[in-house]
Amino acid sequence: MATIDYTIPGEHDLETLDIHVNVGPQHPATHGVFRMVLTVDGEVVTDVDPIIGYMHRGNEKLPENCDFRQAIGFHDRTDYLAQFNTEHCYVQAVEKLTGITPTERSEYIRVILAELNRITSHQMFVGAFSTDVGIFGTAFMYAFRDRELIQDFFEEITGERMMYNYFRPGGVAWDVPDNFRERCRQVIGQIKKGISDLEGLIVNNEVVLARCCGLSRMSTADAINWGVSGPLLRATGLEYDLRKAEPYSIYDRFEFDIPTGKDGDIYDRVIVRIEEMKQSVRIVEQALLRMPDGPIMAEGLKRVLRAPEGEVYMRVEGPRGEYGVYLVATGADKPYRHRVRAASFCNLSALRAMSVGNYVSDVVIILGSIDIVLGEVDR
Amino acid sequence: MLGILKALKTTIQAAARKPVTVQYPTEKKELPHRSRGFPVLLWDFDKDEPFCTGCQVCARYCPVDCITVTMKDNPKKAAGKSKRKKIVDHFYLDYARCMRCDICVEVCNFDAIVMNNTWEGVELSRYDRQDLVLDKDALLKQSRTGRLKDPFREPMGVAHSGWSPKVEEDEEAEETNASEEGGEG
Repeated sequence: MATIDYTIPGEHDLETLDIHVNVGPQHPATHGVFRMVLTVDGEVVTDVDPIIGYMHRGNEKLPENCDFRQAIGFHDRTDYLAQFNTEHCYVQAVEKLTGITPTERSEYIRVILAELNRITSHQMFVGAFSTDVGIFGTAFMYAFRDRELIQDFFEEITGERMMYNYFRPGGVAWDVPDNFRERCRQVIGQIKKGISDLEGLIVNNEVVLARCCGLSRMSTADAINWGVSGPLLRATGLEYDLRKAEPYSIYDRFEFDIPTGKDGDIYDRVIVRIEEMKQSVRIVEQALLRMPDGPIMAEGLKRVLRAPEGEVYMRVEGPRGEYGVYLVATGADKPYRHRVRAASFCNLSALRAMSVGNYVSDVVIILGSIDIVLGEVDR
Repeated sequence: MLGILKALKTTIQAAARKPVTVQYPTEKKELPHRSRGFPVLLWDFDKDEPFCTGCQVCARYCPVDCITVTMKDNPKKAAGKSKRKKIVDHFYLDYARCMRCDICVEVCNFDAIVMNNTWEGVELSRYDRQDLVLDKDALLKQSRTGRLKDPFREPMGVAHSGWSPKVEEDEEAEETNASEEGGEG
């Protein structure tokens, strides 16, 4: 952690008052309804007090009163930038609990959609982050132009732009349209161009380098101790991705690399995410080639899905890190306990360690680099 | 300096491309066939009555409890014009609560409810939140006036295999009635 000596040199030690600055809850730099109280000494932040809970909607409690299939819609609303990833996690948790095996085709559909969703989430990050850094407009618009393509594609498949509610225990709700492969290839082709555009704007850009290099450096040991996961952890140099570490679904069939950074600073976090988009494109291309025909829903499912007594924890690699679902079942058609392990909530806990000792203007970038989604933090 | 020049090159290249935006109020993007607006009820033109029998399956499966339905005896059955024993009496759907999850469409045994795929997002502006609770007539209006074109419903038995296979109408009506009396307690 970079520490700055903020005593004034010379014999006159001036006494200064610490000032509290409220950032949020409604502030564009906080990416949602998040509030933090900064204690500043001049320009330097000496303490950060994050205050969360402004967007609490009971997304953990509500599914406890819902049937297993009804709860999928609430998972869309936890991490609302990576809905397919969250659905994928929950659906797999239910499958693990009830012993349903999803069909081959539906597994491929799920992986393709989840990877595309990872791309949209990272595009959102790059766009929003570039506005934090101060290159407002350009990179944001470029990122959103391409994100729109994928969202249109999702709309053609599921009918919704944001809250898809498309995966089901045992498969997916309905089959993809006939022109799925061609449309997906077309979208992927344009996304590749879009990624290189974003690279051109951000990689090695002097503005970005000046503001991000060496800022809020984090060591791997620190990151692990804070429970940080996802791109933030990989930026510190650790090659840890749940898709490789404990391959769920069919991820062990694909070839892809885990991009890592060196210093664990903010620049690395951005680069890791841009590289991850390319790896997602690779996975989608491989999955498109191998996607078989066949049924999209497992046979012999009952109208009311009852889980045997037991508990299960399922975790997936979301765009922000490890997204986990913990379910306790007591033999009824609804879970007794339903808990979500949200990646950005755990990453946010390291905010104080990352930002103490930095300037006020840099705290905005540090918060942006965590890529918080308040729906997931507050649930 | 090099990085900034590279960034400038990217933006200059984009200046030559066609714009991707649409001039919204005058031009509109075409909605995909599967577009999911809010749920609406379907009108049976052959029998001149709604498909909905008021069996309350949608109300029970709705995760946010936005549907209220009641059932009555079908007067047309007595007159011999229709096969439906029961018919919907009241149907209230709170659009302010609805989260457009499509579950009501999937569980409906009579294909009586579909997601509106003509919704453009402006038709539902109201001055009062209470006005978003629509009744049966308002929900049927889209279908009855023929403005609802070719709604998307998955082929039967595919999406429903998650919930249940379809059964014959009359059997299901009786089954539902039985469960209605016995199952609720």
